[in-house]
Amino acid sequence: MIAFLRTRRTALIPLLLLSPALLTMLFVVALPLGFSFYTSLTAYRLVRPETIEIFVGLRNYIRLLEDWEFWRVFGRTILFLAIALNVEFLLGLGIALLIAKITWGQRTLRTIMMFPMMFSPILVGFQFKFIFNDNIGILNNALQSLGLTDRAIPWLVDGRLAMFSIIFAEVWMSTSVFAILLLAGLFAMPRDPLEAAKVDGCNSWQVFRHITLPFIMPFAFIAMTIRSLDVARAYDIVHVMTGGGPAGRTELLWTLIARTGYMDARMGQANAMAYLSTLLSIAFTWYFYTKLMQARRYMGGVQ
Amino acid sequence: MAGISIRAVEKAYGAVRVVHGIDLEIAHEEFVVLVGPSGCGKSTTLRMIAGLEDISGGDVWIGQTRVNDLPPRKRNISMVFQNYALYPHMNVRDNLGFGLRIAGQSPQVVTERVNEAAGILGLSELLDRTPAELSGGQRQRVAMGRAIVRHPDAFLFDEPLSNLDAKLRGQMRAEIKKLHQKVRTTVVYVTHDQVEAMTLADRIVVMRDGHIEQVGTPMQVFNHPVNTFVATFIGSPPMNLLPAVIHEGQVLLRDGSLVPVPARLRAKTHEGQDVVLGIRPDDICPVGHGLGETDEGTDIALTVDLAEPLGMESLIYTSIAGQEVQAKLYGPRIVQASETLSFRLALDRAHLFDAATTRSLDVL
Ligand SMILES: Nc1ncnc2c1ncn2[C@@H]1O[C@H](COP(=O)(O)OP(=O)(O)O)[C@@H](O)[C@H]1O
Ligand SMILES: [Mg+2]
Repeated sequence: MIAFLRTRRTALIPLLLLSPALLTMLFVVALPLGFSFYTSLTAYRLVRPETIEIFVGLRNYIRLLEDWEFWRVFGRTILFLAIALNVEFLLGLGIALLIAKITWGQRTLRTIMMFPMMFSPILVGFQFKFIFNDNIGILNNALQSLGLTDRAIPWLVDGRLAMFSIIFAEVWMSTSVFAILLLAGLFAMPRDPLEAAKVDGCNSWQVFRHITLPFIMPFAFIAMTIRSLDVARAYDIVHVMTGGGPAGRTELLWTLIARTGYMDARMGQANAMAYLSTLLSIAFTWYFYTKLMQARRYMGGVQ
Repeated sequence: MAGISIRAVEKAYGAVRVVHGIDLEIAHEEFVVLVGPSGCGKSTTLRMIAGLEDISGGDVWIGQTRVNDLPPRKRNISMVFQNYALYPHMNVRDNLGFGLRIAGQSPQVVTERVNEAAGILGLSELLDRTPAELSGGQRQRVAMGRAIVRHPDAFLFDEPLSNLDAKLRGQMRAEIKKLHQKVRTTVVYVTHDQVEAMTLADRIVVMRDGHIEQVGTPMQVFNHPVNTFVATFIGSPPMNLLPAVIHEGQVLLRDGSLVPVPARLRAKTHEGQDVVLGIRPDDICPVGHGLGETDEGTDIALTVDLAEPLGMESLIYTSIAGQEVQAKLYGPRIVQASETLSFRLALDRAHLFDAATTRSLDVL
């Protein structure tokens, strides 16, 4: 009998020890998640709380599937993500390679490189909004003073240019994520395989292409995972710089969701969008994570 | 046909010179071992041949080409590194074939040569594994395979066995020797292990502090060391060195005992000359337990301090003129500590070195 009690008690101990974590997870993650999922199945309007009880089933989702505008924004977000990540990767790689070559002042440069990350995205947004402003922005001013153009380029007013400007701000702010991680990869890189490749007949480009790049790709995948989550939820910079305009040409998923939820007060619909957007994030994360795991298979345990 | 010719080659890192103008001619298909203590400039020399280090002075020729200004890829050499330096993201097949693919060989040729090399080195079963899935010895073999697939003019080895355990090292040493017999190519092999040097080399190059001390076949270097450094570096246990003075045609040791001057050296000594008597443990043996008859010997009574029986032979620690000396006993005889035995010194194999210059009187 006593032995029985004792085994029961020991069986409970892990649960007991886990309970703070489990409770936190429950209240912080599971409940809100469940609640928001429920609201996505209702006709909930922020301004009329009682609507939360009107259960509409999958109607919000079905409406979304037929919503042209939503899918255009969805596609634009993917494009935005693809461009930003690739540009950041290439720039970050270039910076990392340059800094890895430098022997003098490397620490200082590494610190300076991190500066853009230290600002709030909102402030970065305001800063670039000022820089790209067509009347008073310093970019147009500079271009005109240099005589490169005589008219004001509508950076934030033209749809394409506005998208470019936002990507520019995003890239400026976050390239260092790639640079730092790739630099760490370059530092961790063993020297011997590089020399072996040179003796094996590679020129500098081939050494980079066949040895260095495969070695640092896992580091790039880490950066991509982080940044894809980051960019997929981009809101602040867009909101500040263009507010999704002109005429919705820079609307991304989260600016659209926020507008639907808070401006139009259609919270049920917004939550349905949010759930679909989450799928996008999950897809990207999963993709990069798989790549990372593949690449890591050979990284472990090798001299 | 490609020998390697090293002419007055120097290496300096800033103001620090680490290789001081060395000359070495390596014949086609010769196996040359650079041996010396750690930090003596062996790797640096090898890396200058490979093109991985700039040459600060002098010339390196491979075959008929002066290669000083050629990048490694234009020198047609292969190198095996101490840490194997395999490409971690490629499987064994791709590791082996990489150099060939870079050289633009057709897929058939690559497959053919890779299979050939894998066959020679017993890697055929492992072609699909990544380096992370291989043992140390297997990685070493892949590194060697990568070197041989390209049919280079020369192989360069930089301490290829020093990361292996003792047993495997012995095995791989034999494999390298067999490999060289199968794939006859010029080899430059760097090691700090004199056993590897003795067993592998056609010619040994003994280096110290960026200088070449002696070049010769293993037997030349072993039997005729040019100075006390080579004498003690090559051979294990090392040669015993006893400071002495030449007195009335004899070698006067520090405790006043006298040993005859070896006959071949009599004309080269003079009264009062400070010398060092060098004699290997194998040449100090209890009478009747030596390596065979010596033409010229002298007997001396010594007390055993310690004996290490090794089966068919024992290593004996004793002292001559107050200095610890190692001697050998051949035969399965048990020796007790503090036993006093009559030892014979094989003087025809003993050496005299000038005390001031440490150079052997044989070569003066
Ligand atoms: N990159 C370098 N900068 C300065 N000194 C070096 C460098 N590489 C090697 N050395 C020095 O050169 C000497 C010879 O080195 P090395 O050729 O590696 O010796 P080993 O005979 O052990 O292979 C050593 O004293 C080492 O400290
Ligand atoms: Mg070395």
